[in-house]
Amino acid sequence: MSLIEAHGLTVQLGGATVLEGVDLALEPGEIVTIVGPNGSGKSTLLRALLGIQPLASGKVTRKPGLRLGYVPQKLHIDGGLPLPVRRFLSLPRRHSAAEAATALAQVGMSGMEERQMLGLSGGQLQRVLLARALLEQPDLLILDEPTQGLDQPGEAAFYELIEKVRIETGCAILMVSHDLHVVMSASDRVICLNGHVCCQGTPHVVSNAPEYRALFGLGTRGALALYQHDHDHDHDHDHSHDPDAGQPRTREADHV
Amino acid sequence: MFEPFLIRAALAGIGLALAAGPLGCFVVWRRMAFFGDATAHAAILGVALALGFSVSIYAGTLGVALLMALTVSALAGRGWAIDTTLGVLAHSALAVGLVAISFVSGVRVDLEAYLFGDILAVSWNDVWLIWSGAALVLAGLAWRWPGLLTATLSEDLAQASGVNPGRERLVLTLALAVVVAVAIKVVGALLIAAMLIIPAAAARGFARTPERMAVFASLIGAAAVLAGLWASLRFDTPAGPSIVCAAAVVFALSAGFGGMRLRG
Repeated sequence: MSLIEAHGLTVQLGGATVLEGVDLALEPGEIVTIVGPNGSGKSTLLRALLGIQPLASGKVTRKPGLRLGYVPQKLHIDGGLPLPVRRFLSLPRRHSAAEAATALAQVGMSGMEERQMLGLSGGQLQRVLLARALLEQPDLLILDEPTQGLDQPGEAAFYELIEKVRIETGCAILMVSHDLHVVMSASDRVICLNGHVCCQGTPHVVSNAPEYRALFGLGTRGALALYQHDHDHDHDHDHSHDPDAGQPRTREADHV
Repeated sequence: MFEPFLIRAALAGIGLALAAGPLGCFVVWRRMAFFGDATAHAAILGVALALGFSVSIYAGTLGVALLMALTVSALAGRGWAIDTTLGVLAHSALAVGLVAISFVSGVRVDLEAYLFGDILAVSWNDVWLIWSGAALVLAGLAWRWPGLLTATLSEDLAQASGVNPGRERLVLTLALAVVVAVAIKVVGALLIAAMLIIPAAAARGFARTPERMAVFASLIGAAAVLAGLWASLRFDTPAGPSIVCAAAVVFALSAGFGGMRLRG
């Protein structure tokens, strides 16, 4: 059975309908990337699947005993809170020093146990958040714009890390990409979201094409790919999320 | 060697400091500095109601402080920043309390006693009550510590890990209400708020883990109580404000000592 399923998922925030009638199912071991413009409800969808966001209607069904790992978009730590990495990894459940060391090694942060969370760079913080999620031995890892604030090589390195995690642990991965067009080449499926599921499919891997290499730089080592949009319906009818509707249309026109 | 009244004052102050240390850390981490004020100000309404209905002052203050805690919890996440909510409640509660007390015939409120209390006049009964309240609060914090800390760090992260942030917030606000209720009569509103914020802020400079910060905050608070009482005796200064001054001195030292490390 699917790890997690959403049926007719509808979410309202401040009176506005952010998500409407979203159907989604995730299978064991697959990597799914959600793309969409700002305000398209990407983070809200993740929050709804995690049970953080109350639903206006619809239903989320989890496989019984499903273990979730969550890497939030950002973590604001108050300057008044001294928190070493090692302590953070044991919140809220205690993990042994050996388990923590293994998880840190998995994300390339060996020996960072005593470092203060407040002193970490953006990329290091992302890796520590990932290590904490991995300690839960998740069946499904949910990442919200994990590469936000990273430069392109950093983004590519993070995606390589995610792929390695999938190979090593076999967990399914659901993540949101902040870029409408650039997604991880290892994605099994890309879902384009704009208040509803616009379209989904396999990413068109073009990492070998020299012109795209030039576009994204040589540093990405093929970890980034373009998702070729192939819409099966037009967007000219009125949507409740109309203010955003213009943006993806114009951007899609660039490469259609 | 020591007068009994001094021993009682020291014990009452230390009891408050032990509970206020870890609790104050959460107040600092969650930016709820106004909470102490809000609950303490609400307590005067409790005093008025207690006098009006002829019930014990402790019962009145505890009732109103708990009501305040529940109101803050209910209003959290309704769109106002927590400091705004607490500011509104703090000032409203004080005003309503003062108005309410004017209806109670034959009562005149000594605002200074309310702000600073009179720690030198505590009875053994008061000491016992403060230590019971402190033990209750410390036990509650120890019991819920991992969840409280996770929810303080990030409500989303907590919820995704199966921790209900609303429940943790309620535990925290109830703990604050208990501390205020047991301590207001003897040490006053200003001293309670000060004992929540200042030792925790001072402990930040020396601590590298949240647990150590909580323990340091308790120790700094207890040391400030003893130093303040000593200064009060030695220089004949008012006891409550002397304790706050001692805590402020530790904070100043910590800011000098820890400031560099925080920036580094």
